[in-house]
Amino acid sequence: MTQIPPMSGPYLRKNKSVRRSMLLVMAALTPATAYGFYLFGWPSIILFCITLGSAMIFEVICLLLAKRSVSIFALDGSALLTAWLLAISMPPWAPWWIAVVGSGIAIIIGKQVFGGLGQNVFNPAMVARVALLISFPLEMTTYMPPIDFMSAGAPSFMDGMGIIFGTANFDAVSSASLLDSIKTNIGQGKALGDIMEGQYSPVNWALGNSISSIGEGAALLLIAGGVALIFGRIITWYIPVSTLVTIAVFATIFNLYDGSKYPDAMVHLLSGATMLAVFFIATDPVTSPMSPKGQIVFGIGLGALVYIIRTWAAYPEGMSFAILLMNALTPLIDRYVRPRIFGRTRKGDPLNLSEKP
Amino acid sequence: MEIFNIQGGARLDGRKSLTAHLKILTMPTPDILHVPLQQHIGAPAEPIVSHGDYVLKGQLIADSKGVVSAPVHAPTSGTVKRIGDFPAPHPSGLPVLTLTLEPDGLDKWVKLPEPLDMTKATSQEIADRVAQAGIVGMGGATFPSAVKLNLGQRYNLEMLVINGAECEPYLTCDDRLMQERTEKTIIGIKAMMQALGVSKSLVAIEANKPEAFKAMEEGCANVAGIDIVHVPARYPMGSEKHLVQALTGKETPAKGMTADLGIVVHNVATAYAVYEAVYLGRPLISRIVTVSGEVIRKPGNYDTLIGTPVSSLIEMSGGMSEEPKQLLMGGPMMGQPIPELDVPIIKGSSGILALKDTEMKDQNVMPCIGCGSCVTVCPVGLLPLDLAARIGHEDVDGADSIGVRDCVSCGSCNYVCPSHIPLVQYFNYAKGRLKEQDIERKNQDRMKILAEKRALRDENDQLDLERKRADKTAFKQAMVKMDATATVGQHNENAGHKTNNGMDIQ
Repeated sequence: MTQIPPMSGPYLRKNKSVRRSMLLVMAALTPATAYGFYLFGWPSIILFCITLGSAMIFEVICLLLAKRSVSIFALDGSALLTAWLLAISMPPWAPWWIAVVGSGIAIIIGKQVFGGLGQNVFNPAMVARVALLISFPLEMTTYMPPIDFMSAGAPSFMDGMGIIFGTANFDAVSSASLLDSIKTNIGQGKALGDIMEGQYSPVNWALGNSISSIGEGAALLLIAGGVALIFGRIITWYIPVSTLVTIAVFATIFNLYDGSKYPDAMVHLLSGATMLAVFFIATDPVTSPMSPKGQIVFGIGLGALVYIIRTWAAYPEGMSFAILLMNALTPLIDRYVRPRIFGRTRKGDPLNLSEKP
Repeated sequence: MEIFNIQGGARLDGRKSLTAHLKILTMPTPDILHVPLQQHIGAPAEPIVSHGDYVLKGQLIADSKGVVSAPVHAPTSGTVKRIGDFPAPHPSGLPVLTLTLEPDGLDKWVKLPEPLDMTKATSQEIADRVAQAGIVGMGGATFPSAVKLNLGQRYNLEMLVINGAECEPYLTCDDRLMQERTEKTIIGIKAMMQALGVSKSLVAIEANKPEAFKAMEEGCANVAGIDIVHVPARYPMGSEKHLVQALTGKETPAKGMTADLGIVVHNVATAYAVYEAVYLGRPLISRIVTVSGEVIRKPGNYDTLIGTPVSSLIEMSGGMSEEPKQLLMGGPMMGQPIPELDVPIIKGSSGILALKDTEMKDQNVMPCIGCGSCVTVCPVGLLPLDLAARIGHEDVDGADSIGVRDCVSCGSCNYVCPSHIPLVQYFNYAKGRLKEQDIERKNQDRMKILAEKRALRDENDQLDLERKRADKTAFKQAMVKMDATATVGQHNENAGHKTNNGMDIQ
């Protein structure tokens, strides 16, 4: 793939490249990520840097082993984006080895063993996240309430190093994310209204002032980034919209059925990884269907699975599992959901002029 | 008028402002003209002049051969220097039979046929005149126009669509033609309508050409039956079947023609050529060519004689400021690279482009990331990435099963691909392979039929032989028996019976 092919048409210039797409996605993630850094301080920045740095190292090693061009493929931005997505979906104060193991799984098992860029079946960041969640449930579900940079209790850079590398015992209250606590407490038979007492605050969720992973919280910033990508024609609206609508429909139906057990659509849309996932992870071109209709099918399936897993399965955070399941279905969707060819019926026969197509 | 939606399509950077405001200039007769004898789809024309002959401007120099073919005329007066192979304006640079003409500078016309009396010209007469004038589709397809003007005899036609979309970037030759030769173009359209026997015509112009639209609309103000329509500037709007869909909402069946819907599409420059042939008796010996691209010092539109070397045309345009990264004939989407500067302008050459590195697509091919941009943009509803994956594994039959033959090679998928995969190249390759396979299969089928026939013949021969042998033996036996009865006596009743049998066989 690296040799320069003979010049073939069309010749018209178009400023589009894989690297440009990857960089723009990262640019769109920047506001939400920066806000995450502000909320969670130095530990989260250090964790982020370790994840990206180790991912690049794994990527280069793999490319060298596969004898592919490091200058072309390591710099295409795909490994950085994968690591970025993984990093911001981790708890802000997770230990350093979680980051390293995670990026190793993402790059090596999630992407390179399949043959590198464009060949993987599953989204690498989600593969790593799920592997970490199953293997290290404690570290992966220990969340911190936000302590912003300005406040007195915020950890300094050295404190951050200490927290991430486990040498300091920083005094912080760990707690569960909202979806976590709903899951646990409903399980214990409490009513939803009591659990959410003082926690129900869509405004705070939208702004990101809630207990979450580094970059999952600020729903509004994530939406803004996602919408910018749609208008920049980097992603399409099909998956985000169909997923969000499906989740909202499911949540509303069940909430109306029994409001004391099933949280409303706001909870599902604005908390957890919903916004990050629908705009930045589910739209991963490699692992989502190619046709617009296929993408809508994918989005509907994703939304349904997210709701089902969040509501009835053992894990509170359904997004990563749902994405992996839909990734597995993508080749099937691509096989059966195809556009109709011009001048032909859906079956592929030439149109019969005496009938309506 | 309602414009219907077409599937997919790309919004391109038109880059027409380089030449759109410039008046058509006449390219002077060059020192030498190379006139290829095949400038059209179909059989090549046959030369009827020979080396050393003096020919007049407009004189027939090669006659059409077969139904789908077009004659070729001398672009100016001069001496035939050579009839032989010369590189064609095709990326392969393969030689085609070409007539080389040395102009004498007098530009003396041959006696042209009388203009047709359009008040009583029949459709056949108009089509014949167009055929004699060697007119071919000037949008680049170069299909002999007379064949398409004769469709009224076989189809129930309702409408003529004039394609003034000019959806290829850079090109402005049709745009300028519609602005500067409005009236004559409209008369040409009327003649075409008469030939086709239709009373309605739509002239489709992309929304990025408001001046041409205005000119044509004013020109048609008092003309019945012709409507000028704005169509959105979306590539490939100029594709015949898509244009018809945008204008009428009707979809041409696969493998069919727009004539199945009662519609015939002709290019606007063809209409002008028809005017010249019908009203002036002039054959097609020149055309307007857009010379553009950032390397060209003085881009513009030039009325150019067929056979003019590209090098002369570029010289006329002020030359090139630097070595171009790519030289093209046609537009940047579907145009073809020119192998060398000596190749001539032909009837289908709408443009000559000399492109800079910075105005060309990136050539660094990356792996497919499955983004689906190509699917969204495909005007035919194909899955280019799936096709390319199959063709990449030499699975051309697999590609055939998902519609590679329906691909119109417009290049939209290739244009939007962020990985710069040469998708159209893949499809053209597959189409070539499939065509080869078809020919091979046809040959095999023919061989099989021949072989079967032969086997049957052999068998029959064998049977004949055996029957003859059997007859012979039976006859002999009968004769022997007859002899025997004759000698033994006539008391045996059976013997007589047998003889009769024997006689029957005879």
